[in-house]
Amino acid sequence: MRRVVVTGLGLVTPLGADVETVWANILASKSGAGPITKFDASDQKCRIACEVKPADHEYGFDPNKRVDHKVQRQVDPFIIYGIDAAGQAIEDAGLTDMDEETRLMAGCSIGSGIGGLPGIESESLVLANKGPARVSPHFVHGRLINLISGQVSIKYGLMGPNHAVVTACSTGAHSIGDAARMIKDGDANIMLAGGAEGTVCPIGIAGFAQARALSTAFNDDPTRASRPYDKDRDGFVMGEGAGVVVLEEYEHAKARGAKIYAEVIGYGLSGDAYHVTAPHPEGSGAYRSMAMALKKAGLTPDDIDYINAHGTSTPLGDELELGAVRRLFGDAISKVSMSSTKSAIGHLLGGAGAVESIFCILALRDQIVPPTLNLDNPSDSCMGVDLVPHTAKKREVRAVLNNSFGFGGTNASLIMRKVD
Amino acid sequence: MSDTADRVKKIVVEHLGVEADKVTEDASFIDDLGADSLDIVELVMAFEEEFGVEIPDDAAEKISTVSDAIKYIEENKG
Repeated sequence: MRRVVVTGLGLVTPLGADVETVWANILASKSGAGPITKFDASDQKCRIACEVKPADHEYGFDPNKRVDHKVQRQVDPFIIYGIDAAGQAIEDAGLTDMDEETRLMAGCSIGSGIGGLPGIESESLVLANKGPARVSPHFVHGRLINLISGQVSIKYGLMGPNHAVVTACSTGAHSIGDAARMIKDGDANIMLAGGAEGTVCPIGIAGFAQARALSTAFNDDPTRASRPYDKDRDGFVMGEGAGVVVLEEYEHAKARGAKIYAEVIGYGLSGDAYHVTAPHPEGSGAYRSMAMALKKAGLTPDDIDYINAHGTSTPLGDELELGAVRRLFGDAISKVSMSSTKSAIGHLLGGAGAVESIFCILALRDQIVPPTLNLDNPSDSCMGVDLVPHTAKKREVRAVLNNSFGFGGTNASLIMRKVD
Repeated sequence: MSDTADRVKKIVVEHLGVEADKVTEDASFIDDLGADSLDIVELVMAFEEEFGVEIPDDAAEKISTVSDAIKYIEENKG
């Protein structure tokens, strides 16, 4: 059987634009939240977000490093974040000079939950105010969700599968899971896999606020707004950025002496079949997704040391995920650590599952689990579960589980472990 | 150099992300400046905005160098 390992990582997040900076900030309990700066949000119910910081910031993002000037002008932010994170991952994996034979078996599976919302918004205004002849010729391909995979494949000459998942906030996890299957099936030896999002724009914030999904009670105290499992949580804080990993067939990675971070051993997926935005009241979709991943991995809950939870800081969602984990884990719940890094970087929507899978991989590498910030007054349901409040925690980490759930009732779970 | 030429070159530099000294009057957008057909559509739109001229599709198709653009604008601007 073909095994799938992770050999490269790339991150663009509100807490930094390279893997080590982001991870150091996460472990130092920093928050990427602040007042919205990308537009005047004074008339919005939610006026805060976890924005990717500008290049001159201490841990800002410089798009000029890996994205052509011309491409930057033509595409939405999610594509720029995705191209950069993919480039980081390729460099980290030592794959910047692939020969043609290698590139024929190298592909992309980098998706997004929503795609080019800021550009759709702004070009709609151009259409309304100036007419159709002023709409950009790059409008369509600068907004399409599969255009991270498209751009990355063109830039690096990747001629294998070119795929892009769109499953709302499960996108990043599904992208990695699907890409791992393509490698297992022999469609590719190398896959760039992950997700990106960039929807901090008026229509994006307004839309999620109108769906009653965003936090609105902490506009004057942004770093306290994302507080998964805390009694005072009132919705998620929108994040933006991208996470991309290099997945590689194990023998292929070994043969070229690649650094191997982890092995992807379990992938579970399910549908709630219940409601477009509300999670199933018994968390049954989440339960089945995690159970499938465990079964595929051939593990029992005792083997999992860390769960990076979906944990978005919404009143309903956090509770139901925790309930599902509790039922699945039984007595093993007392030994596992479970945290939500959305408390630090917000909810990256289609990027979340990929970014959080990278945090899981780094937890495996460094034998430390990242914290859940702002967990001052845990909900009653949290009793007996280590949610890693406030500070990172050194502990044994043998295998990790990442959960991602999305609108439409779509669920994905990934399990990874160290390779001996 | 005319004011029109300066403004045209500035737009080309900004849109195509090329060095200013490469934008000579005889430079071809596609062969010398790395543009594709859609980039030219975008450039033509930018010229229309900047100079308040209308460049119909059949005229736009004949604009392949920087000097073609300058010449068309000089002859047609109001």
